[in-house]
Amino acid sequence: MLKLVVCIKQIPRVTELPWDETSGTLRRDLAPGMMNPACKHALEAALQVKEHYKAKITVITMGPPAAEEVLREALAMGADEAILICDRLLSGSDTFATSMVLKEAITKKCPKFDLILCGAYTADSETAQVGPQLAEELDLPAAAYVEKLEIDGKTLRVRRLVDNFRETLEMEFPALVTVSMENYKPRYASLAGLGKAFDINNFTVLNAEDLGLTASSIKTKGSRTKVRKVFLRKAQKGNVLLQGAASVVINEFLDKYQRKIGTVIGKSIEENKHDDEK
Amino acid sequence: MKKTSTMMKSRKKSIWVFGDYRNYYQNRVTLQLIARAVALAKTINAEVCALIFGYKIDEWIMEYTAHGADRILAIDDPALKSYSTERYLAIIETLTKQRDPDIILIGATDFGREFAPRLAKRLKTGLSADCVGLDITEEGLLLQIAPSFGGNMLAEIVTERHRPQMATVRPGTFKEIPHDYERKAIVEKLPLMKGLPKPRVKLVEYERSVEKEHTIENASVIVCGGRGMGNREKFKKLQELARLLGGDVGATRPVVYAGWAEHGALVGQAGKHIKPKILFSFGISGAIQHTAGLGEANFIVAVNKNPQATMLKMADVAIVGDASDVLNNLIKELKKRIRE
Repeated sequence: MLKLVVCIKQIPRVTELPWDETSGTLRRDLAPGMMNPACKHALEAALQVKEHYKAKITVITMGPPAAEEVLREALAMGADEAILICDRLLSGSDTFATSMVLKEAITKKCPKFDLILCGAYTADSETAQVGPQLAEELDLPAAAYVEKLEIDGKTLRVRRLVDNFRETLEMEFPALVTVSMENYKPRYASLAGLGKAFDINNFTVLNAEDLGLTASSIKTKGSRTKVRKVFLRKAQKGNVLLQGAASVVINEFLDKYQRKIGTVIGKSIEENKHDDEK
Repeated sequence: MKKTSTMMKSRKKSIWVFGDYRNYYQNRVTLQLIARAVALAKTINAEVCALIFGYKIDEWIMEYTAHGADRILAIDDPALKSYSTERYLAIIETLTKQRDPDIILIGATDFGREFAPRLAKRLKTGLSADCVGLDITEEGLLLQIAPSFGGNMLAEIVTERHRPQMATVRPGTFKEIPHDYERKAIVEKLPLMKGLPKPRVKLVEYERSVEKEHTIENASVIVCGGRGMGNREKFKKLQELARLLGGDVGATRPVVYAGWAEHGALVGQAGKHIKPKILFSFGISGAIQHTAGLGEANFIVAVNKNPQATMLKMADVAIVGDASDVLNNLIKELKKRIRE
């Protein structure tokens, strides 16, 4: 039986979030969450493998207690068991720390895995780093941005498009892939799946101690980067607000920006007085 | 653990730039990084060193020298004929142990973003992703400015205690130094290290992709529409504005699902990431699924009847009003003003 592990992440559903001024991190607790789209594609890839081979899918996430929701959703979609890693000691982890924690959990809870699937990147932090760093932690052959995977015995063949090269790669299990959003359009959770989603026997919660991590070992093995400041990019924006009758607003807009637009499109734009006088 | 060699301490600081020479004429990110490294090196009194691993690489040695590198570390070997994450990892790990660079910069190409995280993990150091700015702090640390939330927010990141400090940097962030083929660099041609692990990932097939990309990704003007356009007929008018401006039409997911636009026009997280010089946004509220694709839009003009819409907050020019009404007026007025 193939043992598949899918790492997923819950991300906030909104664009702008309040952040904690002192720590410089986002107040994720203030927004409703959703499963990161690329992670959902990774799960779909695993589910499609399971349609063809005998396989067991474990989904795993690290996050606040509310991250349970995305695991339940994954179970409803067809995953077999779920692991939530949840501990205040782990909050604010960068990708270096996150991949270390995921390794500890996978080594303890599903050491005999064949394939780990991650989303190619997340929509919030967009680092695309956890997958490759987890591969390094576990010393696995790996491929990022995978569009299609095929399994032949112990061999994994993947296709991907990177830097304008279409590549086919092969590696032996155990391996890790990060899945892009080109293919593997996620399914919806079925009604039958919803029952499974709330079966308590397939849901495990782990804290740092369960993983053999202490405050001091997290400090040594944990985050390498420090976020000093987070700021909205709009501070650099034009911040011009126009309102009123559409025709007036448009004239005002063009008077101010017609030269800029003209430069970009390579044509001259200017008010034609003669037309107005006619 | 303390560094054992005292010689290392006396060595001049070094900023390494990974030579990502594939697609050289389209992808200038390595040259852009060399240019930025040259500026940073002045503030911390360091040298700029370009790494080139491959087979028959003299051309790149010449190019990186001409574009500003002080030193080149090159390994020219048939075993390195194609890019290999595993081989490069082992090589840089060895070189890092020998030479102790202060900073390693890698272009945020697909390859760079797959390779750099693994390298950072192997070197047990920090890495920030897809930076859109680099600087040196007062304490002499590399300040890494990385986007987050589809570019709506920026984070200032430092790696305080671990070395090297590492960042991947988005192509186009910095300007390359014009080439000067008279420039000289110290070129060290190194032999391929012995005992490198055999790569476990086999490249079975590869070809340069001939798939023609939808032009929306390269368009300098894009007119995007959302549900706020009202209906399919009104949405179609966006095409007229796009034509006037020589641009393309983009769409949000609800609009694509409603059949007002083709899937190829989808802009955002599940669709195209665009980088127009001017983006017009009509009747779009600004959900993250859409705004995630707008991080590189240079100048945004947004129209929405809701003054609180996220899209208006992101815009350089925010117009509060009915999207379709404003669009019609804009088309009418542009037709009067544009001189062919």
